Amino acid sequence: MTAGHIMACHDCDLLHRLPAVADGMRATCCRCGAALARPKRNGLERALALAVTGLVLLALANSFPFLGFKIQGQARETLLLTGIRQLYTQEMQGVAVLVFITTVLAPLAQLLVLVYILLPLKLNRRAPGMFQVFRWLRTIEPWSMMEVFMLGILVSVVKLAKMAQIIPGIAAFCFMALIFVLAACMASLDPHVVWERWEEPQ
Amino acid sequence: MRPVARTAQTASLVSCTVCHLLVRRRPASAGPAGECPRCGAALHSRKPNSIARTWALVIAAFVLYVPANVLPITKVTSLGMTQSDTIMSGVIYFVQTGMWPIALVIFIASIFVPVLKLFMLLFLVISVQRRSTWRPKDRTRLYRITEAVGRWSMTDIFVVTILVALVHLGALANIEAQTGAVFFAAVVVITMLAAMSFDPRLIWDVKEPQDECEYPA
Ligand SMILES: [Zn+2]
Ligand SMILES: [Zn+2]
Repeated sequence: MTAGHIMACHDCDLLHRLPAVADGMRATCCRCGAALARPKRNGLERALALAVTGLVLLALANSFPFLGFKIQGQARETLLLTGIRQLYTQEMQGVAVLVFITTVLAPLAQLLVLVYILLPLKLNRRAPGMFQVFRWLRTIEPWSMMEVFMLGILVSVVKLAKMAQIIPGIAAFCFMALIFVLAACMASLDPHVVWERWEEPQ
Repeated sequence: MRPVARTAQTASLVSCTVCHLLVRRRPASAGPAGECPRCGAALHSRKPNSIARTWALVIAAFVLYVPANVLPITKVTSLGMTQSDTIMSGVIYFVQTGMWPIALVIFIASIFVPVLKLFMLLFLVISVQRRSTWRPKDRTRLYRITEAVGRWSMTDIFVVTILVALVHLGALANIEAQTGAVFFAAVVVITMLAAMSFDPRLIWDVKEPQDECEYPA
């Protein structure tokens, strides 16, 4: 991080002159405690690798059944998208769209945006419209809810355990891995490091 | 952290909410602050109409919270018998069958968190309107909590989606989503929007920044 750079705290608006922040440390606002900078060692590279891994996991998670269900000799396996389609046909379009956005579209967009920004930077190039795209990332982030979906899977499994046999599918494990990959990816990325890399002369 | 004893606003600067670039504020007579030269986001010294927007969304969420909890969210048909479940009857079912941890998870995520979050936002908005100087640091922390917990209320919506997808075995067993789920989803989305429209910097605007921080020479 460039020391001496002035920035305003995003939570209380106090101006700070950033000190030199070592990798793995964080600079916090002295007034409200918000994290102002948290550079990580090889943060960009790590975030890029995790984002690519995440895309693979997301593809797997949506192509394989995530839960199997056996009741009195009848078996049924289901994809996440089947559930969403099911809701859609039951006059629950709004809910179906919300579930689709929070479990498929937002995580996908989040990962694609990260790769779009980070891959060119890694190759010392600048993705056209990078800041524009980064703005979308900020809008998308709160709506990407993989970890909440995982809790939903757990609750459903317990709920159905009494009436049927539940077999977690490949996709369930992909979802689980995806949560950690997404969280690690967002944690290793300090946007200020991206700006710095962007503003470096080519 | 070395502070400069002013806020961006008092220094006639605007901090971009997206990329944190500091931009010199144009005089009020020149109209709206315009766009961030780096990322193109609309520049606002404070989120526009933050208080009014938060109020409106909080009230809307409170109103929708009633049908979300009164109306059934699922209908289970099994061997000719039909049973409708509300969120609360689901919790009661788990308590009766001895599944306390799950009952607790659903109760906290679906019933407790939305109300708690709405009351916390209400408290924040009112405290800002009354220009309160009470514990701004703790109130900012409270705001961060409201931002972080809201998403967990989606749990029940996901459970409904999964149940509907799995339990689809014709006459044997069938689960369908009901109108309550629509209202409940609306409550979750609206409370999230309410938290996003509140601006925590308003908490600090009544204070001079000198009190809390030490300034090295
Ligand atoms: Zn601060
Ligand atoms: Zn900007």
